[in-house]
Amino acid sequence: MKLNEEQQALLDGSRGEVMAKIMKTLVMYGDAFGAERMVPVTGKYGHTVISFGLGVMDPVYDLYDEILSAGILPEQKFTADPKPLDPKVPSGLLDDLVFKKLMYNRQERYEAQLRKLGITKDEDYTCACYLDQVGNIPRKGEILSWAESSAVVYANSVLGARCNRNSGILELMGSIAGCVPEFGLLTDEGRKADWIVEVKCEKKPEAQLLGSAIGMKVMEDVPYIRGLDRWLGRELNDSAKAYLKDFGAATASNGAVGLYHVENLTPEAVEQGESLIREGAQVYVIDDAELERVYRNYPVIWKKPDAKPQLAFIGCPHLSLQQLTDWAGAVLKGLEKNGRKKVAVPTVFTAPVQVIREFEKSIYAWPLRHSGVVLSSICPLMYMNNPLCKSKAVLTSSNKLRTYTSAKYCTDAEILEIITGGAK
Amino acid sequence: MKSFQGRVIVPGTASAEALVSHGGFNTLASYQMALQFGDLKAMGKDTEVQCGDQNNPNIYKKPMMGKALCLPQTIGSTTGGMVLFTACALGKQPACMLFSKPIDSLAASGAILGDVWTDAVMPVVDSLGEEFLEYVQTGMTVTVRDGGVVEVA
Repeated sequence: MKLNEEQQALLDGSRGEVMAKIMKTLVMYGDAFGAERMVPVTGKYGHTVISFGLGVMDPVYDLYDEILSAGILPEQKFTADPKPLDPKVPSGLLDDLVFKKLMYNRQERYEAQLRKLGITKDEDYTCACYLDQVGNIPRKGEILSWAESSAVVYANSVLGARCNRNSGILELMGSIAGCVPEFGLLTDEGRKADWIVEVKCEKKPEAQLLGSAIGMKVMEDVPYIRGLDRWLGRELNDSAKAYLKDFGAATASNGAVGLYHVENLTPEAVEQGESLIREGAQVYVIDDAELERVYRNYPVIWKKPDAKPQLAFIGCPHLSLQQLTDWAGAVLKGLEKNGRKKVAVPTVFTAPVQVIREFEKSIYAWPLRHSGVVLSSICPLMYMNNPLCKSKAVLTSSNKLRTYTSAKYCTDAEILEIITGGAK
Repeated sequence: MKSFQGRVIVPGTASAEALVSHGGFNTLASYQMALQFGDLKAMGKDTEVQCGDQNNPNIYKKPMMGKALCLPQTIGSTTGGMVLFTACALGKQPACMLFSKPIDSLAASGAILGDVWTDAVMPVVDSLGEEFLEYVQTGMTVTVRDGGVVEVA
Protein backbone atom coordinates (compact mmCIF):
# COMPACT_ATOMS: atom_id res chain seq x y z
CA MET A 1 0.00 0.00 0.00
CA LYS A 2 1.20 3.46 -0.86
CA LEU A 3 1.00 5.80 2.12
CA ASN A 4 1.30 9.56 1.95
CA GLU A 5 4.00 11.30 3.93
CA GLU A 6 1.85 11.93 6.98
CA GLN A 7 0.52 8.36 7.09
CA GLN A 8 4.01 6.93 6.67
CA ALA A 9 5.27 9.11 9.52
CA LEU A 10 2.51 7.80 11.79
CA LEU A 11 3.44 4.25 10.86
CA ASP A 12 7.08 5.05 11.59
CA GLY A 13 6.21 6.27 15.07
CA SER A 14 6.10 10.06 14.73
CA ARG A 15 3.23 10.14 17.22
CA GLY A 16 4.44 7.30 19.39
CA GLU A 17 4.34 3.56 19.52
CA VAL A 18 0.60 3.16 20.12
CA MET A 19 -0.32 5.33 17.12
CA ALA A 20 2.20 3.37 15.04
CA LYS A 21 0.46 0.14 16.06
CA ILE A 22 -2.90 1.61 15.07
CA MET A 23 -1.52 2.49 11.63
CA LYS A 24 0.10 -0.93 11.33
CA THR A 25 -3.27 -2.56 12.05
CA LEU A 26 -4.99 -0.44 9.39
CA VAL A 27 -2.24 -1.09 6.84
CA MET A 28 -2.33 -4.86 7.42
CA TYR A 29 -6.12 -4.71 7.14
CA GLY A 30 -5.83 -2.95 3.79
CA ASP A 31 -3.07 -5.27 2.58
CA ALA A 32 -5.32 -8.28 3.18
CA PHE A 33 -7.71 -6.85 0.59
CA GLY A 34 -5.24 -5.40 -1.89
CA ALA A 35 -5.90 -1.78 -0.94
CA GLU A 36 -3.51 0.55 -2.70
CA ARG A 37 -4.04 3.61 -0.52
CA MET A 38 -5.72 5.09 2.51
CA VAL A 39 -8.65 7.46 1.97
CA PRO A 40 -9.86 10.11 4.43
CA VAL A 41 -12.90 9.41 6.57
CA THR A 42 -15.33 12.10 5.40
CA GLY A 43 -18.46 11.24 7.39
CA LYS A 44 -19.11 13.65 10.24
CA TYR A 45 -19.58 11.00 12.92
CA GLY A 46 -18.39 7.48 13.55
CA HIS A 47 -20.43 4.62 15.01
CA THR A 48 -19.09 1.90 17.26
CA VAL A 49 -20.59 -1.54 17.73
CA ILE A 50 -19.06 -1.95 21.19
CA SER A 51 -21.51 -0.64 23.77
CA PHE A 52 -21.11 -3.17 26.53
CA GLY A 53 -18.78 -3.57 29.47
CA LEU A 54 -18.38 -7.32 29.64
CA GLY A 55 -15.92 -8.73 32.15
CA VAL A 56 -14.63 -11.23 29.63
CA MET A 57 -13.80 -8.40 27.20
CA ASP A 58 -11.19 -6.86 29.49
CA PRO A 59 -8.55 -7.12 26.75
CA VAL A 60 -10.63 -4.66 24.68
CA TYR A 61 -10.91 -2.12 27.50
CA ASP A 62 -7.23 -2.57 28.33
CA LEU A 63 -6.43 -1.78 24.70
CA TYR A 64 -8.61 1.36 24.89
CA ASP A 65 -6.83 2.37 28.10
CA GLU A 66 -3.55 1.97 26.24
CA ILE A 67 -4.83 4.31 23.54
CA LEU A 68 -6.14 6.86 26.04
CA SER A 69 -2.95 6.72 28.11
CA ALA A 70 -1.00 7.59 24.99
CA GLY A 71 -3.12 10.73 24.68
CA ILE A 72 -4.69 9.58 21.44
CA LEU A 73 -8.29 10.51 20.63
CA PRO A 74 -10.47 9.95 17.55
CA GLU A 75 -10.68 12.80 15.06
CA GLN A 76 -14.48 12.50 15.07
CA LYS A 77 -17.17 11.95 17.66
CA PHE A 78 -19.32 8.83 17.38
CA THR A 79 -22.56 7.15 18.37
CA ALA A 80 -22.64 3.66 19.88
CA ASP A 81 -24.79 0.53 19.86
CA PRO A 82 -27.49 0.10 22.53
CA LYS A 83 -26.60 -0.62 26.13
CA PRO A 84 -27.08 -4.10 27.54
CA LEU A 85 -28.94 -3.19 30.72
CA ASP A 86 -32.23 -1.48 31.52
CA PRO A 87 -34.04 -2.00 34.82
CA LYS A 88 -37.38 -1.53 33.05
CA VAL A 89 -36.95 -4.79 31.13
CA PRO A 90 -38.41 -7.76 33.04
CA SER A 91 -35.79 -9.83 34.85
CA GLY A 92 -35.56 -11.95 37.98
CA LEU A 93 -33.18 -11.65 40.92
CA LEU A 94 -30.90 -14.29 39.48
CA ASP A 95 -30.90 -12.52 36.09
CA ASP A 96 -29.91 -9.27 37.77
CA LEU A 97 -27.14 -10.99 39.67
CA VAL A 98 -25.77 -12.57 36.48
CA PHE A 99 -26.13 -9.34 34.47
CA LYS A 100 -24.49 -7.01 36.95
CA LYS A 101 -22.01 -9.20 38.80
CA LEU A 102 -20.92 -11.78 36.24
CA MET A 103 -21.46 -10.23 32.85
CA TYR A 104 -21.68 -6.46 32.51
CA ASN A 105 -19.48 -5.66 35.47
CA ARG A 106 -17.27 -3.40 33.33
CA GLN A 107 -20.13 -1.24 32.05
CA GLU A 108 -19.21 1.84 34.06
CA ARG A 109 -15.55 1.48 33.16
CA TYR A 110 -16.37 1.25 29.48
CA GLU A 111 -18.90 4.10 29.40
CA ALA A 112 -16.30 6.31 31.08
CA GLN A 113 -13.88 5.34 28.29
CA LEU A 114 -16.47 6.20 25.64
CA ARG A 115 -17.00 9.63 27.17
CA LYS A 116 -13.25 10.26 26.98
CA LEU A 117 -12.99 8.86 23.46
CA GLY A 118 -15.84 11.07 22.22
CA ILE A 119 -19.36 9.63 22.23
CA THR A 120 -21.66 12.34 20.84
CA LYS A 121 -24.12 12.34 23.76
CA ASP A 122 -24.81 10.11 26.75
CA GLU A 123 -28.14 9.10 25.19
CA ASP A 124 -26.73 8.20 21.78
CA TYR A 125 -26.71 4.45 22.32
CA THR A 126 -28.66 2.80 19.49
CA CYS A 127 -28.00 0.48 16.57
CA ALA A 128 -30.25 2.73 14.43
CA CYS A 129 -28.14 5.86 14.74
CA TYR A 130 -29.23 6.97 11.25
CA LEU A 131 -32.85 7.62 12.28
CA ASP A 132 -33.89 11.29 12.04
CA GLN A 133 -34.37 11.64 15.79
CA VAL A 134 -30.81 10.48 16.49
CA GLY A 135 -29.21 12.35 13.63
CA ASN A 136 -26.06 10.41 12.69
CA ILE A 137 -27.08 10.43 9.03
CA PRO A 138 -24.19 10.22 6.55
CA ARG A 139 -24.57 11.75 3.12
CA LYS A 140 -24.28 9.90 -0.15
CA GLY A 141 -20.69 9.17 -1.10
CA GLU A 142 -19.21 9.92 2.33
CA ILE A 143 -16.53 7.53 3.59
CA LEU A 144 -17.29 6.04 7.01
CA SER A 145 -15.40 4.12 9.64
CA TRP A 146 -18.40 2.41 11.25
CA ALA A 147 -19.06 -0.99 12.73
CA GLU A 148 -22.48 -2.55 13.48
CA SER A 149 -23.60 -4.80 10.68
CA SER A 150 -27.16 -3.46 10.46
CA ALA A 151 -26.03 0.18 10.46
CA VAL A 152 -23.29 -0.42 7.89
CA VAL A 153 -25.62 -2.16 5.45
CA TYR A 154 -28.20 0.63 5.90
CA ALA A 155 -25.65 3.41 5.42
CA ASN A 156 -24.31 1.76 2.25
CA SER A 157 -27.59 0.68 0.71
CA VAL A 158 -30.23 3.24 1.73
CA LEU A 159 -28.05 6.32 2.22
CA GLY A 160 -25.41 5.59 -0.41
CA ALA A 161 -22.51 6.23 1.97
CA ARG A 162 -19.40 4.07 1.68
CA CYS A 163 -18.29 1.79 4.48
CA ASN A 164 -16.78 -1.65 4.74
CA ARG A 165 -18.03 -4.18 7.25
CA ASN A 166 -15.44 -3.15 9.78
CA SER A 167 -15.06 -4.94 13.05
CA GLY A 168 -15.42 -3.40 16.48
CA ILE A 169 -12.07 -1.82 17.54
CA LEU A 170 -11.05 -1.39 13.87
CA GLU A 171 -13.80 1.21 13.38
CA LEU A 172 -12.39 3.27 16.26
CA MET A 173 -8.90 2.99 14.83
CA GLY A 174 -10.17 4.41 11.52
CA SER A 175 -11.78 7.30 13.40
CA ILE A 176 -8.51 7.90 15.27
CA ALA A 177 -6.29 7.84 12.20
CA GLY A 178 -8.85 9.76 10.14
CA CYS A 179 -8.34 7.36 7.25
CA VAL A 180 -9.30 3.86 6.18
CA PRO A 181 -7.87 1.52 3.55
CA GLU A 182 -9.65 1.80 0.22
CA PHE A 183 -11.08 -1.55 -0.82
CA GLY A 184 -14.35 -3.44 -1.19
CA LEU A 185 -17.46 -1.34 -0.62
CA LEU A 186 -15.42 1.86 -0.76
CA THR A 187 -14.80 1.34 -4.47
CA ASP A 188 -17.15 1.54 -7.48
CA GLU A 189 -16.16 -1.96 -8.52
CA GLY A 190 -16.80 -3.38 -5.04
CA ARG A 191 -20.32 -1.98 -5.10
CA LYS A 192 -21.36 -3.96 -8.15
CA ALA A 193 -23.84 -6.78 -7.74
CA ASP A 194 -22.79 -10.43 -7.87
CA TRP A 195 -26.36 -11.69 -7.59
CA ILE A 196 -29.71 -10.85 -9.16
CA VAL A 197 -32.52 -11.63 -6.74
CA GLU A 198 -35.94 -11.92 -8.34
CA VAL A 199 -38.71 -11.41 -5.78
CA LYS A 200 -41.81 -13.14 -7.12
CA CYS A 201 -43.95 -13.27 -4.03
CA GLU A 202 -47.73 -12.95 -4.22
CA LYS A 203 -47.89 -11.04 -0.95
CA LYS A 204 -45.56 -8.48 0.58
CA PRO A 205 -42.62 -10.50 1.90
CA GLU A 206 -41.79 -10.21 5.59
CA ALA A 207 -38.71 -7.94 5.68
CA GLN A 208 -36.83 -10.04 8.23
CA LEU A 209 -37.58 -13.27 6.38
CA LEU A 210 -36.66 -11.98 2.94
CA GLY A 211 -33.41 -10.55 4.30
CA SER A 212 -32.59 -13.85 5.98
CA ALA A 213 -33.18 -15.85 2.78
CA ILE A 214 -31.01 -13.50 0.73
CA GLY A 215 -28.27 -13.32 3.37
CA MET A 216 -28.01 -17.08 3.62
CA LYS A 217 -27.83 -17.40 -0.16
CA VAL A 218 -25.44 -14.60 -1.17
CA MET A 219 -23.35 -14.49 2.03
CA GLU A 220 -20.94 -11.53 1.64
CA ASP A 221 -21.84 -10.71 -1.96
CA VAL A 222 -23.84 -7.72 -3.20
CA PRO A 223 -27.38 -8.55 -4.38
CA TYR A 224 -29.39 -6.51 -6.90
CA ILE A 225 -33.02 -7.07 -5.97
CA ARG A 226 -35.78 -6.92 -8.54
CA GLY A 227 -39.49 -6.96 -7.81
CA LEU A 228 -39.37 -5.46 -4.33
CA ASP A 229 -40.44 -2.02 -5.56
CA ARG A 230 -43.80 -3.64 -6.33
CA TRP A 231 -44.32 -3.82 -2.57
CA LEU A 232 -42.29 -0.86 -1.32
CA GLY A 233 -42.96 1.67 -4.07
CA ARG A 234 -40.33 3.85 -5.69
CA GLU A 235 -39.91 6.46 -2.99
CA LEU A 236 -37.64 6.15 0.02
CA ASN A 237 -40.31 7.24 2.49
CA ASP A 238 -40.41 6.34 6.20
CA SER A 239 -42.23 3.11 5.52
CA ALA A 240 -39.76 1.93 2.86
CA LYS A 241 -36.78 2.96 4.99
CA ALA A 242 -38.12 1.06 8.01
CA TYR A 243 -38.64 -2.03 5.86
CA LEU A 244 -35.13 -1.78 4.43
CA LYS A 245 -33.66 -1.29 7.93
CA ASP A 246 -35.08 -4.63 9.09
CA PHE A 247 -34.44 -6.37 5.79
CA GLY A 248 -30.81 -5.25 5.76
CA ALA A 249 -30.19 -6.32 9.34
CA ALA A 250 -31.33 -9.82 8.45
CA THR A 251 -29.13 -9.97 5.33
CA ALA A 252 -26.15 -8.90 7.43
CA SER A 253 -26.68 -11.25 10.37
CA ASN A 254 -27.91 -14.33 8.49
CA GLY A 255 -25.21 -13.78 5.91
CA ALA A 256 -22.56 -11.08 5.67
CA VAL A 257 -24.18 -8.58 3.31
CA GLY A 258 -22.75 -5.06 3.53
CA LEU A 259 -24.62 -3.55 0.58
CA TYR A 260 -27.71 -4.34 -1.47
CA HIS A 261 -29.40 -2.53 -4.31
CA VAL A 262 -33.18 -2.46 -4.72
CA GLU A 263 -34.25 -1.74 -8.27
CA ASN A 264 -35.98 1.63 -8.67
CA LEU A 265 -35.62 2.43 -4.97
CA THR A 266 -32.15 2.63 -3.41
CA PRO A 267 -30.02 5.58 -4.57
CA GLU A 268 -27.40 3.80 -6.64
CA ALA A 269 -29.97 1.48 -8.24
CA VAL A 270 -32.05 4.52 -9.22
CA GLU A 271 -29.02 6.29 -10.69
CA GLN A 272 -27.19 3.43 -12.34
CA GLY A 273 -29.83 0.75 -12.85
CA GLU A 274 -28.69 -2.57 -14.26
CA SER A 275 -25.21 -1.28 -15.00
CA LEU A 276 -24.59 -2.14 -11.35
CA ILE A 277 -24.92 -5.84 -12.14
CA ARG A 278 -21.65 -7.62 -12.68
CA GLU A 279 -21.28 -9.79 -15.76
CA GLY A 280 -22.09 -13.40 -14.98
CA ALA A 281 -24.12 -12.57 -11.87
CA GLN A 282 -25.95 -15.54 -10.38
CA VAL A 283 -29.74 -15.54 -10.08
CA TYR A 284 -31.83 -16.38 -7.01
CA VAL A 285 -35.60 -16.52 -7.37
CA ILE A 286 -37.63 -16.01 -4.22
CA ASP A 287 -41.32 -16.82 -4.06
CA ASP A 288 -43.67 -17.46 -1.15
CA ALA A 289 -42.75 -21.15 -1.09
CA GLU A 290 -39.05 -20.33 -0.80
CA LEU A 291 -39.68 -17.99 2.12
CA GLU A 292 -41.81 -20.67 3.77
CA ARG A 293 -38.97 -23.18 3.30
CA VAL A 294 -36.47 -20.82 4.89
CA TYR A 295 -38.81 -20.11 7.81
CA ARG A 296 -39.53 -23.79 8.49
CA ASN A 297 -35.82 -24.60 8.54
CA TYR A 298 -35.00 -22.32 11.48
CA PRO A 299 -33.98 -24.45 14.45
CA VAL A 300 -36.09 -23.95 17.58
CA ILE A 301 -33.80 -24.47 20.53
CA TRP A 302 -36.20 -23.80 23.35
CA LYS A 303 -35.85 -26.52 25.98
CA LYS A 304 -39.58 -27.20 25.53
CA PRO A 305 -40.51 -26.26 21.96
CA ASP A 306 -44.19 -25.88 22.87
CA ALA A 307 -43.53 -23.84 26.03
CA LYS A 308 -45.72 -20.87 26.91
CA PRO A 309 -43.86 -17.72 25.84
CA GLN A 310 -42.36 -15.79 28.76
CA LEU A 311 -41.14 -12.68 26.96
CA ALA A 312 -41.36 -11.02 23.55
CA PHE A 313 -38.80 -8.63 22.07
CA ILE A 314 -39.73 -6.40 19.15
CA GLY A 315 -37.21 -3.94 17.77
CA CYS A 316 -33.87 -5.47 16.77
CA PRO A 317 -32.66 -3.31 15.12
CA HIS A 318 -34.31 -0.52 17.10
CA LEU A 319 -37.75 0.59 15.91
CA SER A 320 -38.31 3.81 14.01
CA LEU A 321 -40.96 6.23 15.25
CA GLN A 322 -43.39 5.09 12.59
CA GLN A 323 -42.80 1.43 13.45
CA LEU A 324 -43.29 2.09 17.15
CA THR A 325 -46.52 3.96 16.43
CA ASP A 326 -47.75 1.22 14.09
CA TRP A 327 -46.94 -1.50 16.63
CA ALA A 328 -48.67 0.44 19.40
CA GLY A 329 -51.79 0.87 17.29
CA ALA A 330 -51.80 -2.79 16.30
CA VAL A 331 -51.36 -4.02 19.87
CA LEU A 332 -54.11 -1.80 21.25
CA LYS A 333 -56.47 -2.85 18.46
CA GLY A 334 -55.59 -6.52 19.00
CA LEU A 335 -56.19 -6.30 22.72
CA GLU A 336 -59.57 -4.67 22.15
CA LYS A 337 -60.50 -7.37 19.65
CA ASN A 338 -59.53 -10.09 22.10
CA GLY A 339 -61.26 -8.46 25.05
CA ARG A 340 -58.05 -7.87 27.00
CA LYS A 341 -56.56 -4.90 28.76
CA LYS A 342 -53.05 -6.26 29.21
CA VAL A 343 -50.71 -8.09 26.87
CA ALA A 344 -50.74 -11.87 27.22
CA VAL A 345 -46.92 -12.09 27.20
CA PRO A 346 -44.52 -9.61 28.81
CA THR A 347 -43.47 -7.54 25.82
CA VAL A 348 -40.60 -5.13 25.22
CA PHE A 349 -40.47 -2.68 22.31
CA THR A 350 -36.96 -1.36 21.77
CA ALA A 351 -36.16 1.97 20.14
CA PRO A 352 -33.66 4.83 20.53
CA VAL A 353 -34.15 7.10 23.55
CA GLN A 354 -34.95 9.99 21.21
CA VAL A 355 -37.65 7.98 19.38
CA ILE A 356 -39.27 6.89 22.64
CA ARG A 357 -39.25 10.50 23.83
CA GLU A 358 -41.07 11.56 20.67
CA PHE A 359 -43.48 8.65 20.92
CA GLU A 360 -44.36 9.61 24.49
CA LYS A 361 -46.03 12.72 23.05
CA SER A 362 -48.44 10.63 20.97
CA ILE A 363 -51.96 9.53 21.86
CA TYR A 364 -50.76 5.92 21.98
CA ALA A 365 -48.21 6.37 24.73
CA TRP A 366 -50.51 6.22 27.76
CA PRO A 367 -52.67 3.27 26.64
CA LEU A 368 -49.63 1.32 25.48
CA ARG A 369 -47.92 1.76 28.84
CA HIS A 370 -51.08 0.57 30.58
CA SER A 371 -51.26 -2.47 28.34
CA GLY A 372 -48.06 -3.68 29.98
CA VAL A 373 -45.74 -3.15 27.01
CA VAL A 374 -42.33 -1.90 28.14
CA LEU A 375 -40.49 0.69 26.05
CA SER A 376 -36.75 0.41 26.31
CA SER A 377 -33.54 1.39 24.55
CA ILE A 378 -31.81 -1.82 25.60
CA CYS A 379 -30.02 -4.17 23.20
CA PRO A 380 -32.14 -7.35 23.26
CA LEU A 381 -29.21 -9.36 22.00
CA MET A 382 -27.05 -8.33 24.92
CA TYR A 383 -29.93 -8.97 27.34
CA MET A 384 -30.33 -12.52 26.05
CA ASN A 385 -26.64 -13.26 25.85
CA ASN A 386 -26.48 -15.48 28.95
CA PRO A 387 -27.23 -19.09 29.87
CA LEU A 388 -30.29 -18.18 31.97
CA CYS A 389 -32.08 -16.91 28.87
CA LYS A 390 -31.48 -20.25 27.18
CA SER A 391 -34.10 -21.75 29.45
CA LYS A 392 -36.55 -18.93 28.77
CA ALA A 393 -39.18 -19.09 26.06
CA VAL A 394 -38.53 -15.77 24.32
CA LEU A 395 -40.24 -14.70 21.11
CA THR A 396 -38.97 -12.19 18.62
CA SER A 397 -39.77 -10.85 15.17
CA SER A 398 -36.05 -10.16 14.68
CA ASN A 399 -34.01 -12.53 12.60
CA LYS A 400 -30.82 -11.08 14.05
CA LEU A 401 -31.95 -11.91 17.59
CA ARG A 402 -32.97 -15.39 16.45
CA THR A 403 -29.55 -15.95 14.92
CA TYR A 404 -27.53 -15.06 18.01
CA THR A 405 -29.74 -16.28 20.84
CA SER A 406 -32.29 -18.94 21.73
CA ALA A 407 -35.18 -16.60 20.87
CA LYS A 408 -37.79 -18.08 18.55
CA TYR A 409 -38.61 -16.16 15.40
CA CYS A 410 -42.23 -15.32 14.56
CA THR A 411 -43.56 -13.12 11.80
CA ASP A 412 -44.96 -9.75 12.83
CA ALA A 413 -48.54 -11.05 12.42
CA GLU A 414 -47.84 -14.18 14.48
CA ILE A 415 -46.18 -12.34 17.33
CA LEU A 416 -48.99 -9.78 17.39
CA GLU A 417 -51.56 -12.57 17.72
CA ILE A 418 -49.60 -14.12 20.58
CA ILE A 419 -48.94 -11.00 22.62
CA THR A 420 -52.49 -9.72 22.27
CA GLY A 421 -53.90 -13.06 23.43
CA GLY A 422 -55.49 -14.02 20.11
CA ALA A 423 -53.37 -17.12 19.52
CA LYS A 424 -54.50 -20.48 20.89
CA MET B 1 -1.61 -36.55 2.37
CA LYS B 2 -2.63 -33.63 0.21
CA SER B 3 -1.08 -30.20 -0.01
CA PHE B 4 -2.84 -26.88 -0.72
CA GLN B 5 -1.42 -23.47 -1.50
CA GLY B 6 -3.06 -20.39 -0.04
CA ARG B 7 -2.23 -16.77 0.74
CA VAL B 8 -0.69 -15.78 4.06
CA ILE B 9 -2.73 -13.26 6.07
CA VAL B 10 -0.94 -13.81 9.39
CA PRO B 11 2.37 -15.66 9.11
CA GLY B 12 3.37 -18.63 11.22
CA THR B 13 3.35 -22.41 11.39
CA ALA B 14 1.05 -24.80 13.22
CA SER B 15 -0.07 -28.40 13.35
CA ALA B 16 -3.46 -29.34 14.78
CA GLU B 17 -6.59 -31.42 14.43
CA ALA B 18 -9.03 -30.04 11.87
CA LEU B 19 -12.42 -28.64 12.77
CA VAL B 20 -14.39 -28.07 9.59
CA SER B 21 -17.28 -25.68 9.02
CA HIS B 22 -18.76 -25.96 5.55
CA GLY B 23 -21.10 -23.02 6.10
CA GLY B 24 -20.08 -19.47 7.03
CA PHE B 25 -18.54 -19.34 10.50
CA ASN B 26 -20.51 -16.91 12.66
CA THR B 27 -17.82 -15.68 15.05
CA LEU B 28 -20.08 -13.99 17.60
CA ALA B 29 -22.60 -16.83 17.70
CA SER B 30 -19.80 -19.40 17.93
CA TYR B 31 -17.80 -17.77 20.72
CA GLN B 32 -20.10 -15.63 22.85
CA MET B 33 -21.31 -18.24 25.34
CA ALA B 34 -18.02 -20.13 25.53
CA LEU B 35 -15.92 -17.04 26.19
CA GLN B 36 -18.26 -15.67 28.80
CA PHE B 37 -19.40 -18.77 30.59
CA GLY B 38 -17.07 -21.56 29.48
CA ASP B 39 -14.90 -21.37 32.57
CA LEU B 40 -17.92 -21.12 34.83
CA LYS B 41 -19.51 -24.18 33.23
CA ALA B 42 -16.35 -26.16 33.80
CA MET B 43 -16.19 -25.08 37.46
CA GLY B 44 -13.12 -22.99 36.96
CA LYS B 45 -11.20 -25.38 34.76
CA ASP B 46 -10.13 -24.25 31.38
CA THR B 47 -12.53 -25.48 28.72
CA GLU B 48 -12.20 -26.35 25.10
CA VAL B 49 -14.28 -23.34 24.00
CA GLN B 50 -17.29 -25.15 22.57
CA CYS B 51 -18.99 -23.66 19.54
CA GLY B 52 -22.32 -22.12 20.49
CA ASP B 53 -23.78 -21.50 17.03
CA GLN B 54 -26.93 -23.57 16.76
CA ASN B 55 -27.21 -22.63 13.09
CA ASN B 56 -23.95 -24.39 12.23
CA PRO B 57 -24.55 -28.15 12.57
CA ASN B 58 -20.99 -28.97 11.41
CA ILE B 59 -19.39 -27.60 14.54
CA TYR B 60 -22.15 -26.83 17.08
CA LYS B 61 -20.99 -27.83 20.58
CA LYS B 62 -17.60 -28.98 19.26
CA PRO B 63 -14.40 -27.66 20.89
CA MET B 64 -12.68 -24.90 18.92
CA MET B 65 -9.66 -24.02 21.07
CA GLY B 66 -6.39 -25.26 19.62
CA LYS B 67 -8.06 -26.70 16.52
CA ALA B 68 -7.21 -25.99 12.90
CA LEU B 69 -10.41 -24.14 12.05
CA CYS B 70 -11.21 -24.77 8.38
CA LEU B 71 -13.97 -22.60 6.93
CA PRO B 72 -15.14 -20.77 3.83
CA GLN B 73 -15.46 -17.32 5.46
CA THR B 74 -16.90 -15.78 8.60
CA ILE B 75 -20.35 -14.21 8.72
CA GLY B 76 -22.54 -12.22 11.07
CA SER B 77 -22.10 -9.34 13.47
CA THR B 78 -19.35 -6.77 13.20
CA THR B 79 -18.35 -7.64 16.75
CA GLY B 80 -16.78 -10.71 15.11
CA GLY B 81 -13.28 -9.28 14.87
CA MET B 82 -13.38 -7.99 18.42
CA VAL B 83 -14.51 -11.42 19.63
CA LEU B 84 -11.66 -13.12 17.79
CA PHE B 85 -9.19 -10.58 19.20
CA THR B 86 -10.51 -11.34 22.70
CA ALA B 87 -10.14 -15.07 22.15
CA CYS B 88 -6.51 -14.42 21.14
CA ALA B 89 -5.87 -12.17 24.14
CA LEU B 90 -7.27 -14.84 26.48
CA GLY B 91 -5.24 -17.61 24.82
CA LYS B 92 -8.44 -19.36 23.65
CA GLN B 93 -7.95 -18.97 19.92
CA PRO B 94 -7.87 -21.78 17.35
CA ALA B 95 -4.40 -23.09 16.45
CA CYS B 96 -4.87 -21.58 13.00
CA MET B 97 -7.62 -20.37 10.69
CA LEU B 98 -7.74 -21.71 7.16
CA PHE B 99 -10.13 -20.17 4.66
CA SER B 100 -11.15 -21.77 1.39
CA LYS B 101 -12.28 -18.37 0.05
CA PRO B 102 -10.58 -14.97 0.27
CA ILE B 103 -10.79 -13.80 3.85
CA ASP B 104 -13.68 -11.51 4.86
CA SER B 105 -13.21 -8.16 6.57
CA LEU B 106 -14.31 -9.26 10.04
CA ALA B 107 -12.08 -12.31 10.22
CA ALA B 108 -9.19 -10.27 8.86
CA SER B 109 -9.78 -7.62 11.53
CA GLY B 110 -9.80 -10.16 14.34
CA ALA B 111 -6.74 -12.01 13.06
CA ILE B 112 -4.77 -8.80 12.55
CA LEU B 113 -5.79 -7.32 15.91
CA GLY B 114 -4.72 -10.59 17.53
CA ASP B 115 -1.40 -10.48 15.71
CA VAL B 116 -0.54 -6.82 16.35
CA TRP B 117 -1.96 -6.33 19.85
CA THR B 118 -1.59 -9.72 21.60
CA ASP B 119 1.05 -12.39 22.08
CA ALA B 120 -1.13 -15.09 20.55
CA VAL B 121 0.16 -17.18 17.69
CA MET B 122 -2.57 -17.98 15.18
CA PRO B 123 -1.41 -18.33 11.58
CA VAL B 124 -4.11 -17.44 9.07
CA VAL B 125 -4.16 -18.56 5.44
CA ASP B 126 -6.92 -17.79 2.94
CA SER B 127 -7.82 -18.60 -0.68
CA LEU B 128 -7.09 -22.33 -0.26
CA GLY B 129 -9.82 -23.18 -2.76
CA GLU B 130 -13.03 -25.18 -2.67
CA GLU B 131 -11.14 -28.44 -3.05
CA PHE B 132 -9.47 -27.82 0.31
CA LEU B 133 -12.80 -27.65 2.10
CA GLU B 134 -14.10 -30.67 0.21
CA TYR B 135 -11.03 -32.72 1.15
CA VAL B 136 -10.41 -31.81 4.78
CA GLN B 137 -12.55 -33.58 7.38
CA THR B 138 -12.97 -32.86 11.07
CA GLY B 139 -10.40 -34.92 12.96
CA MET B 140 -7.74 -34.96 10.20
CA THR B 141 -4.31 -33.53 10.96
CA VAL B 142 -3.56 -30.19 9.36
CA THR B 143 -0.10 -28.66 9.15
CA VAL B 144 0.49 -25.04 8.20
CA ARG B 145 3.93 -24.37 6.77
CA ASP B 146 5.66 -21.13 5.81
CA GLY B 147 4.49 -19.43 2.64
CA GLY B 148 0.82 -20.45 2.90
CA VAL B 149 1.32 -24.17 2.32
CA VAL B 150 -1.28 -26.30 4.12
CA GLU B 151 -0.90 -30.08 4.35
CA VAL B 152 -3.84 -32.30 5.25
CA ALA B 153 -3.38 -35.92 6.36
